[in-house]
Amino acid sequence: MNATGIGAPVRRKEDQRFVTGQGRYVDDFNRPGQAYAYFLRSPHAHANILSIDTRAAKEMPGVVDILTGEDLAADKIGGLICGWMIHSKDGTPMKAGPHPALAQGKVRYVGDHVAVVIAETLAQAKDAAEAIAVDYEVLTAVVETATATQAKTAVHDVAPDNTVFNWHLGDKAATDAAFARAKHVTTIDLVNNRLVPNPMEPRAALGEYDVGTDNYTLYTTSQNPHVARLVLSAFIGVAPEHKLRVIAPDVGGGFGSKIFIYAEETVCVWAAKRVKRPVKWTSDRTEAFLADAHGRDHVTHAELAMDEGGKIIGLRVHTIANLGAYLSTFSSSVPTYLYAPLLSGQYDIPAIYCEVDGVYTNTAPVDAYRGAGRPEATFVVERIVEKAARELGQDPAKFRKRNYITQFPHTTPVIMTYDTGDYHASMDKALEEADYRNFGKRKRESARNGKLRGIGFSSYIEACGIAPSQAVGSLGAGVGLWESAEVRVNPTGSVEVLTGSHSHGQGHETTFAQLVSDRLGVPIDNVSIVHGDTDKVQFGMGTYGSRSGAVGMSAIAKAIDKVIAKGKKVAAHVLEAAESDIEFKDGKFTVAGTDKSLDFASTALQAYIAHKFSGQELEPGLKEGAFYDPTNFTFPAGVHICEVEIDPDTGVTKIDRWTAVDDFGVIINPMIVEGQVHGGIAQGVGQALLEGTVYDKSGQLVTASYNDYCMPRAIDLPSFQVGMTVTPCPSNPLGIKGCGEAGAIAAPAAVINAITDALGHEDITMPATPQNVWRAAQKNATKLAAE
Amino acid sequence: MAAVSLTVNGKSVTADIDPRTLLVQFLRENLRLTGTHVGCDTSQCGACVVHLNGEAVKACTVLAVQADASVVTTIEGLSQGGELHPMQAAFREHHGLQCGYCTPGMIMAAVDMVNRKGGALDEQTIRAELEGNLCRCTGYHNIVKAVAAGAEAMTQEPVREAAE
Amino acid sequence: MYAFEYHRPTSVRQAATLATKAEDMKFIAGGHTLLPTMKQRLAAPANLIDLGQIAELRGIERSARSVTLGAMTRHAEVAGSAEVQEAIPALAEMAEMIGDPHVRNRGTVGGSIANNDPAADYPAACIALGATIVTNKRKIAADDFFQGLFDTALEEGEIITKVSFPVAQKAAYAKFRNPASRYALVGVFVAKRASDVRVAVTGAGSNGVFRWTEAEEALKGRFGTKSLEGLSASADGLNSDIHADATYRAHLIGVMTRRAVQAATARG
Repeated sequence: MNATGIGAPVRRKEDQRFVTGQGRYVDDFNRPGQAYAYFLRSPHAHANILSIDTRAAKEMPGVVDILTGEDLAADKIGGLICGWMIHSKDGTPMKAGPHPALAQGKVRYVGDHVAVVIAETLAQAKDAAEAIAVDYEVLTAVVETATATQAKTAVHDVAPDNTVFNWHLGDKAATDAAFARAKHVTTIDLVNNRLVPNPMEPRAALGEYDVGTDNYTLYTTSQNPHVARLVLSAFIGVAPEHKLRVIAPDVGGGFGSKIFIYAEETVCVWAAKRVKRPVKWTSDRTEAFLADAHGRDHVTHAELAMDEGGKIIGLRVHTIANLGAYLSTFSSSVPTYLYAPLLSGQYDIPAIYCEVDGVYTNTAPVDAYRGAGRPEATFVVERIVEKAARELGQDPAKFRKRNYITQFPHTTPVIMTYDTGDYHASMDKALEEADYRNFGKRKRESARNGKLRGIGFSSYIEACGIAPSQAVGSLGAGVGLWESAEVRVNPTGSVEVLTGSHSHGQGHETTFAQLVSDRLGVPIDNVSIVHGDTDKVQFGMGTYGSRSGAVGMSAIAKAIDKVIAKGKKVAAHVLEAAESDIEFKDGKFTVAGTDKSLDFASTALQAYIAHKFSGQELEPGLKEGAFYDPTNFTFPAGVHICEVEIDPDTGVTKIDRWTAVDDFGVIINPMIVEGQVHGGIAQGVGQALLEGTVYDKSGQLVTASYNDYCMPRAIDLPSFQVGMTVTPCPSNPLGIKGCGEAGAIAAPAAVINAITDALGHEDITMPATPQNVWRAAQKNATKLAAE
Repeated sequence: MAAVSLTVNGKSVTADIDPRTLLVQFLRENLRLTGTHVGCDTSQCGACVVHLNGEAVKACTVLAVQADASVVTTIEGLSQGGELHPMQAAFREHHGLQCGYCTPGMIMAAVDMVNRKGGALDEQTIRAELEGNLCRCTGYHNIVKAVAAGAEAMTQEPVREAAE
Repeated sequence: MYAFEYHRPTSVRQAATLATKAEDMKFIAGGHTLLPTMKQRLAAPANLIDLGQIAELRGIERSARSVTLGAMTRHAEVAGSAEVQEAIPALAEMAEMIGDPHVRNRGTVGGSIANNDPAADYPAACIALGATIVTNKRKIAADDFFQGLFDTALEEGEIITKVSFPVAQKAAYAKFRNPASRYALVGVFVAKRASDVRVAVTGAGSNGVFRWTEAEEALKGRFGTKSLEGLSASADGLNSDIHADATYRAHLIGVMTRRAVQAATARG
């Protein structure tokens, strides 16, 4: 293996700047003459705005301007959009209510944007915001997911019963038939708790307008700057696409929350032209809690049918998905096409039927958060499978293995065709590494110390490599989900790769360079990865859904192939051989069967000086682009085993052991891949044990800071044992499946299965906080006493 | 306005500032030392950790005027002579960072941890001592490894420690 | 944060004089409660008097029967003090459990006590050990000092100068942290003193720190966990929030009391 090539744990190129404090995040940028924006946000979850009086506030020191929804309307700025159309069972399109960047007549959640104050300093902007007089007519708030459709008030006029869509997938009749002949049916009711993504860097936006050229620039914390530009221009209409430059520099984590196009960046670009000054906004953490798109928030009832042999024959699921007060950019796709198609899990289930009711509430919009739909699906499948195994008195590992898919390709009843995998291999390896056979011993040892030990499995699958454009287009996506790359070879032989992917922690500057180094034989230090600037990089779709390896790197691989093909032509001329006789290997173009060769850098130089061929024979230069559209989703899968020890006196759950065995296909950089797994598990454990978003009955967000929203700390987590199995993905040229979301998808079910195993009953909800676990353990103690 | 005069990364700095300026704002906005970050409003995340007179503090919860006559070291001042500080090198070597946003605070906290607790740090000690630093990317696994390795490296290089 | 005027006296006398002149003033010690509150615009003093440069407010003194902490002594200094560790190890351990290392490098005993946050740790230590709070005007017994949520016996402009903790025969602090904020959800400081036993509970009471007198009575006979068997704290008057309702807090008071007694007796 090349020391910097595919499969090598290359240390990250980007780290030099990060460990020395030289990273450049949006808030680190300052533009001459810049003013500061502060958003006056709604203190009410649901209210009509009767009037907004900004006169006194405009007279405050330092105020440049104060803008409201009226000003937006006057400038004909459109509303924020949802880019995925979902149709209900009856064929009607989803009910999308208006989503203005600044409220127009009504506010729909606490934190909704009422007005923006632009001032010389942030403190002055805040001072002035307090002087804006808003007259609200407070309305009843719709808060609860489960009862939203029964509420007496409507969040949007277009959805009188707060239903966005009643969607379904699968064959109802076949599923009902399976249940009719079932020998055993397991049922479960689950709440998938609402989460706040919380990348450590809060969102920020800095808009700038150049009067002379009529050009706009937006620095923004985005996972997909081109999509941001497209939406801001084509749909919202703040600037023509070719006049708007969007820069997403170093971005401090995203986890989905920075995919979306929000009100704040819209306003910063628009306001920059109005006030003729750069306008900067940086979110504080409380604003992030209030107004970043949240994740999850499902209420689900599921039923699993089994035959007399313990073979699963049917799954029926009904889910209510809370979409919040407005449909965020990709919100509608998350509880539908990113959710139900994964309900077959790793199991051969002949019949599946799923209904999803998307509902509006007076809470922050809900959209994709690490895993997006797939963690929710895995939680349903792996909780109910575990429960079924227990009810049947079967070992949960054996029960899973009994039902695993073993033949590929495998088409599920919920539209997915799994291309490859070896689920038995992952489970066997995981059982070994988790020392499953001695679990009983450990449980007894814990019991001697007054502790409850439990073990939980999660055999997850996800669909990544999002996504074949034609397929998602037929399902309602407003965009294609291919990726682009341009490989520019310089005359000196160094290489710049312009990628449509965006790195915000994933380490693309290293892994993408590894691919180039591996394929072209160029030293990794001579490779630069360029991303995150629409003026530099061709249109691309960005990073989310574990797609940058499978889709983004495949585009680079395609462009590299074209570079090699062109290089062969150049080398043929220089080496005076037929193009068909030129081979490329180890960074050299060689005439087959001879020792005549031209190294890569010399070939690049020859391509640019163009002395050895005429313009009629060959174009000078060495630069190639490619767009890669995947032919299928990819299907990373694996087994996570969690072992917990509960202190029944306090309800504290300690994660004692974590074993992960994942199949991500071909791995470019195992160090980075393992890091992704660690981070994903931590977020999944956070969901299972610590993180719960709480709105009170009036729609006030109770968990609006780290004082109440519990983030995982180092002390809350163990070291993780991470192992791999590999079945190369046949659907892309590199064999990559993707790894970014696996941990977050697998973990919650593993934790809750372990806790319910320890407690001996199923009655626990996420997050399983000490209070919740203590109460559940009490119930257990009472039950035992009664017996 | 209030006058402050302090030493930041070895350089004397004097300024006339609004008393409500936080130390982190002073570093980021007045001195353009943007390596020190802000990740929360409630003194919890630790992205803003710097050393004040050799001790780790949260620069979001110290007024710049309170740091008058003090010596401040930020992430930008940690490395000497163009070489990475052993803790910085350890974070890179052990993949103790992903997005990099919490990293400056993590590294400053880790160096402080070693200054207080020495170079032989076990996993539980490191995890407990990271109480005041949040990371959303790494699951802490590699941060713990990096701190342990960095601690060992720091104590093998007494000269550096003295310089810090 | 709203604008304010900043003052940096170098003596207690200067600080006290400033306090009488400056309108709408607040003292700032470590600032780890005050500054976040000011950042959220929930506190808006017109004048801020910084006690950080007053040398006479610092330092730890050990006598045969007590440990005295200067008001501006930081939590990290208390936790790391050999004198405190030797005389009242429970006090050093408690200081080590406050916040995180960076917070402990700024937060002070005086600030913590003057603020009387219902989830703060020091009030429990003061009550259990029977501390004396010394100000620039008088000495106040801990029992008289803490007067409910964020309320103390301090008068306007009065400055805590030091806090004196009598050495107990046995003492320990057991803390159950709020999972999110890491403040005490329930913190129990137990102290066996020559005259009595005290069990002080913080974090749980809706009116701030309080004594669990039933446990004190039970432990008076024999200071050991056996004496606590069958005893449970009442949920009346306890806080309920998303992290813990009153019933759970009451239960935790029992658990933490047992653990503190166990730790205190294990120390011998």
